[in-house]
Amino acid sequence: MALIWDGIVTAFALVFGGDAEVWSITWLSLKVSGLATLISLVVGIPLGILLAMTRFPGRSLAVASVNTGMGLPPVVVGLFVSIFLWRSGPLGFLDLMYSPSAIVIAQVVIAFPIVAGLTLTSFQTLNPNLGLQLLGIGASKPQLLWLLCKEARLPLLAAVMAGFGGVISEVGASMMVGGNIRGQTRVLTTATVLEAGKGNFDLAIALGLILLALSFAVNFLLTHIQQREQIRWPKPS
Amino acid sequence: MAEALLSLSDIVVRHGDSTVLHLSRLEIRRGEILAIIGPNGAGKSTLLRVMGLLQQPSEGKVLFQSEEARRENVLLMRRRMASVFQEPLLLNASVYENAALGLNLRGLDRAEIRRRITPWLERLSIAHLSSRRVRTLSGGELQRTSLARALALDPDLLLLDEPFSALDPTTRESLLGDLQDILKQTGVTTVFVTHDRHEAFMLGSRVGVMREGKLLQVGPSLEVFTRPADESVAEIVGADTRIPAVAERSNDGVTRFRFDGGVAEATGAFTSGARVIFCIRPEEIILSAARDREKPNHFTVKILKIIPSTLHYRLLLQCGDSRLSALVTRSSFMDLGIKEGDDITASFEAAAVHVIGKE
Repeated sequence: MALIWDGIVTAFALVFGGDAEVWSITWLSLKVSGLATLISLVVGIPLGILLAMTRFPGRSLAVASVNTGMGLPPVVVGLFVSIFLWRSGPLGFLDLMYSPSAIVIAQVVIAFPIVAGLTLTSFQTLNPNLGLQLLGIGASKPQLLWLLCKEARLPLLAAVMAGFGGVISEVGASMMVGGNIRGQTRVLTTATVLEAGKGNFDLAIALGLILLALSFAVNFLLTHIQQREQIRWPKPS
Repeated sequence: MAEALLSLSDIVVRHGDSTVLHLSRLEIRRGEILAIIGPNGAGKSTLLRVMGLLQQPSEGKVLFQSEEARRENVLLMRRRMASVFQEPLLLNASVYENAALGLNLRGLDRAEIRRRITPWLERLSIAHLSSRRVRTLSGGELQRTSLARALALDPDLLLLDEPFSALDPTTRESLLGDLQDILKQTGVTTVFVTHDRHEAFMLGSRVGVMREGKLLQVGPSLEVFTRPADESVAEIVGADTRIPAVAERSNDGVTRFRFDGGVAEATGAFTSGARVIFCIRPEEIILSAARDREKPNHFTVKILKIIPSTLHYRLLLQCGDSRLSALVTRSSFMDLGIKEGDDITASFEAAAVHVIGKE
């Protein structure tokens, strides 16, 4: 118990004491995972919409691949991204291995199937005739897509939350492609693993709590936006 | 004849191997209300989607204001039309935002949108609901919002796809009455698809009858209802008595026909021996207790079945081996004091018979 309590005290001391290293690790985690989530949204939402609204040969295979991708083990992603970015790998010339960019790439691979899969599901819950009715009052194709996204905004926010939650909390891929280099690629998860391994449980708990608080804050914000429009179910009589 | 606002020619729509719509030619004239009726699966909604440029036909041409619809101009053309569907699908927003949606899509400014929306919200009796979220509305209120959304666009062509079929009878009556007034006042060219012949007759200046993807007949409402082109149309427009008959002789524009149940007269000259179908609308058959079967077109019939409804009683009658269908008002039914199995005299005017066959 004392260990946990010490950890909490240390966490507060580090955060509110303005520890430069902790703040830089936290900031890097937020930047990397935020950017990875953003890229995943840009790639995943159109892919999800495409899979939901079109029919083409091989669509079932594509949907099954996206669904499988939603549960990709981060370590496996880390392994394949490492192979691609390795100096002798196909993308070795980019010289990205052990850089924050490498972590972003790995996290995009983890998050975009989650975003695409949840977008697909959210669009499939829309009435297919809604699109026809919107075209019937003069919507252009881009306006139609925008209106459908707005209509599916509640489940789409869930996609954002799941995507961000998936990448801010993963450790395997960040460790493998980032290398956990102090001051360069050390993020909250890899730092927590490192400190726990060294027996610095108070610091590990502190980093873990910051990660938890960060994740909670982002999800709380998104949940607040999402739940503003909650349907009020009638009370059973 | 008024100028054609929309013309369809040689339209074919296929779904896989089956042809769901096959139409050689149809013109929608400016200012008219064309009602399209037909059973489920007749292709009515597909036709409306093709007219609204919401579905591209497999073959054929659609001309709007004499210009052929193509990929480049389809959005501009669609923006001169407005569609209302059976199930009003609105966005998860307020009544006002939904009613304003079409105008918003056209980039109008807020003041202009408010100026155009407000009268329609009032006209359709939903102004008091303006700030309500649509998911709290009843079916009738949703459809009124959907109508406001379409009418506020001031379209050149209004396309209505069974807008009342999902509503309860009271709401339907009220909305139908409102729509009738609105269409009359605005004079907007309208195509109205329904499977309800009463709605079609009430609203349509012309009526088109569809079955199995084909337009069987199109013409002025009264003509289609009283002079159906074939037996299929007769069935759809409710000419329930359809009896095979053979022409015997013509005299002074009246022909005697023999059918399985006797001899009857109908107006028109027919070649002796011509095989025809005798069509009589149920409201044209008169029932009486008097035994005057010697008069022309008077027959003693047996009452097979009595089907009561709120307005009328429908009676199925046996005349020889032929079946007749008659409608009588509640008070006439009470006066006649009849029951199933009774014999009664049924009669009709020679002019009330529509003969399908070669004249």
